Amino acid sequence: MQKDSSRQEGLSRKWEDIRRSWYKFSRNPLSIMGLVVICIIMFLAIFAPFVSPYPESASKFINFYEASQPPSSTYLCGTDVFGRDILTRIFFGCRFSLMMGATVLALIVPVGVALGLIAGYYRGSWLDTVIMRITDIFIALPPLILALAVCSVLTPGIFHAMLAISVAWWPWYTRMVYGIASSLKGEFFVQAAEVTGASRTHILFREILSNCVAPIFTKMSLDMGWVILIGASLSFVGLGAQPPTADLGSMVADGSKYLPDQWWISVFPAFAIMLIVLGFNLLGDGVRDALGAERG
Amino acid sequence: MNFMPNPLLEIKDLHVWFKVFEGILKVLDGVNFTVQPGEKVGLVGEMGCGKTTTMKAIMRLLPMPPAIIPKGEILFKGKDILKMGQVKLRQIRKKEISMIFQDPTAALNPVFTVGTQLQDAVRFAEKSGKNTEKEDIRTRAIQVLKEVSLPDPERVLQNYPIQLSGGMRQRVCISMALVSTNELLIADEPGTSLDVTIKDQILRLLKELGEKRDTSIILISHALGAVRGMTDRLYVMYAGSMVEVAKTKDLFAHPLHPYSQGLLAATPRLTGGGIGEGIDGRIPEYINPPKGCRFHPRCKDAMPVCKDKKPPFFKVDENHEVACFLFQNCR
Amino acid sequence: MITLTNNILTVEQLKKYFFTYQGIVKAVDRISFSVEEGETFGLVGESGSGKSTVAYTVVGMYRPTEGKIVYRGKDISQESKKRPHTLKKEIQIAFQDPGTSLNPAMNIKQILELPLKVHNISKNHKDCIDKIKELLKMVQLPVSYMYKYPSMIGGGEKQMVAIARALATNPSFVLLDEPTSALDVSVQAKIINMLIRFQKEFSLSYLFITHDLSLMRNVASRVAIMYLGKICEIAPTSEFFKNPLHPYTQMLLSSISVISDEEEALKPRKIISTGEIPSPVNVPPGCSFHLRCPKKMDICSQEDPVMVEVSKEHTVRCHLYTK
Repeated sequence: MQKDSSRQEGLSRKWEDIRRSWYKFSRNPLSIMGLVVICIIMFLAIFAPFVSPYPESASKFINFYEASQPPSSTYLCGTDVFGRDILTRIFFGCRFSLMMGATVLALIVPVGVALGLIAGYYRGSWLDTVIMRITDIFIALPPLILALAVCSVLTPGIFHAMLAISVAWWPWYTRMVYGIASSLKGEFFVQAAEVTGASRTHILFREILSNCVAPIFTKMSLDMGWVILIGASLSFVGLGAQPPTADLGSMVADGSKYLPDQWWISVFPAFAIMLIVLGFNLLGDGVRDALGAERG
Repeated sequence: MNFMPNPLLEIKDLHVWFKVFEGILKVLDGVNFTVQPGEKVGLVGEMGCGKTTTMKAIMRLLPMPPAIIPKGEILFKGKDILKMGQVKLRQIRKKEISMIFQDPTAALNPVFTVGTQLQDAVRFAEKSGKNTEKEDIRTRAIQVLKEVSLPDPERVLQNYPIQLSGGMRQRVCISMALVSTNELLIADEPGTSLDVTIKDQILRLLKELGEKRDTSIILISHALGAVRGMTDRLYVMYAGSMVEVAKTKDLFAHPLHPYSQGLLAATPRLTGGGIGEGIDGRIPEYINPPKGCRFHPRCKDAMPVCKDKKPPFFKVDENHEVACFLFQNCR
Repeated sequence: MITLTNNILTVEQLKKYFFTYQGIVKAVDRISFSVEEGETFGLVGESGSGKSTVAYTVVGMYRPTEGKIVYRGKDISQESKKRPHTLKKEIQIAFQDPGTSLNPAMNIKQILELPLKVHNISKNHKDCIDKIKELLKMVQLPVSYMYKYPSMIGGGEKQMVAIARALATNPSFVLLDEPTSALDVSVQAKIINMLIRFQKEFSLSYLFITHDLSLMRNVASRVAIMYLGKICEIAPTSEFFKNPLHPYTQMLLSSISVISDEEEALKPRKIISTGEIPSPVNVPPGCSFHLRCPKKMDICSQEDPVMVEVSKEHTVRCHLYTK
């Protein structure tokens, strides 16, 4: 009875917060556009086997009768040299890219954030020095070059590509959270928790982390686009997904041999990549406005 | 409500609203305020009552998209500031009205030296086609720093704001305000962020300068003590409108409005005797302000009429007016 | 030797120095005082005086550079992480700025829950919620505030939450660091009255820090005034205000704004504040106040005076009285 009413109060407040965030988000029409684009792409990606016109084209398939067809009413984006429908392959490629982006972020965010929290809270100690100097080393190397280097050492493949991107991307989260954590360390509410006797875990992962949530989510939305782009770049040079997997980067690479005559083989996948990255960037800006994150 | 003809500044029935996500914040609800030439007027009110909004409205510093001014006039020397064009407005800001803000650290640009900022102020003030020499500007800057009793003005000119103490920064802000011959100086809580002894020095400085130059001063504070020795007349503000105005001595001796009485009772005294009870309740939400008198939810003497109509000013005495229905028989 | 004092807290020759690039900041430089059970001990001073540093060192945020802090007979001169867990229940603090002492990303329920959970005061979730509601009622806040965030409530209400949090563990000794400086007069009155009531109800002892002497007059039983890390004068409240001995005390008293003529009459006439407050990095030699002191003598720039007892419980640190 009483417990229920206070729970309900809590839920209604959460709903109020969501509505307020939505109001801030929706003020910018570009953010809405980004959201729409990403929603469409996610829908296509999730339901690819059901909405694509020629689902067989996504894997081993050869149809030389229909090979290298320009865009028409039967094949909206044309076909490639093996006769596979490019539009279908783009849908499956999107699915692939999104999955890869999500996996990479799922790996690096917990690790990067945890390291940043620890280094920031123990700022000035040897722990801080060790963590941040390692972070600095990784940040100093351009992400794409680092990913290429890692990939070339391992056998080319999806998982190694994801691993390579993770290695290149994790330090940015550490650095961002380090800045916030070290500035929050001296705030009174953290001191109040320490004085009361709260455990280190509580201080790091409740008090400080709760203030980092907004910048982290903003960064994640923006990063999805970049991670996908790097993944596509790796596939472009042959170090990512291997044929016959439908992957946007390798599709661009395969089609580049046939430019400018059979332009549709490269251009449409490239356009898809651009749309995904743009969509996530616009979405990320909107998330930043909605959550009010000024830092990061 | 004119005591004498030709007031220097007269705010008539000013309403200021702000458009936000939840709706419209009706902050100022018919503000009436007058300043005579050469007069020192105090404005007392707690945080959130709208004093800074009123002052910003005078200087037209309110950001106009969220802020709306549906009604009201601000007459400076007879002309409505709200309707002025940009040229005339700039003229007024340069030569006739200036404002000292509450936090001197925020009011000074940290990346320029004091000298640069002060000399800029001098240059803008004197700019009337004359080609002022660099030396003249510098001399004027040093002169004005001496007027605010800053020791070693030449060194101060070379310092950055961060190198000065809080009290010195506030003096620099005051000197920037004094640079042109001013008719009206608005001082928004000039000593609040400073230590007690330094605050006392700043308030005494303002008093001296006001007397010497015969400038009108509006002194804003949330504490009654700060305005006591400094002002001729005092306004008390609550939730967007003035509730009482009187000669300062009269207001302290005989506060009439229940809010003024509550404030005085709640202020701790050096003579001891415990602290008054404070005033029940809190400042109303401007989204949905109480109808009628905005103080009635917190007032012990609230009558039915208070919930319906907003009380106008009732003249209780020469120079003493209260916006409260308890005194409606006085006019 | 058994000392039969009723002191809940004694501070002996406490020093807290900060070592920075600009030099040594002597924030607290040999302070000694004690607080009796159930009293409100007032600590007054301007910026740079070190009063907040004293509070933070007593509560354990800083480790003392030198000196002793004794609580109920036990030496507790360490940082809070080295102190026994049960001690943290007994000594609590309410900070000056309510805006930053509450985590903006947590709601009131989560903020008040923390001390209860850390010290296992409530047995289960329902018990915890009940206790939180009790705390809110105690500080006269509506129970519906539980799910609000600090940004949604006013400054005075935030401070009430901070006080509720400090009292959640049933402490014996509470440090109040300028609890009402950022608030309006009417809200201040409410909070101070509440604090006085709690002191009687829960037998609390307070160390009350403020720069507002008028407030101190009505709250504290004894007052100590600090300047640049040292205590200048300690006296019972009425004696302190009737008969201020130290020139800095007189200067501070003459600077405060009062609202009535009777108070004006109490203010020392002859001393007006002059000069700037030097920074604690550059403490002048001899008596730290001599550069601004209107009653300065030759010895003041050479030797630092010691505390002497001038009359019952009234001690001063000034060469004018060391005879």
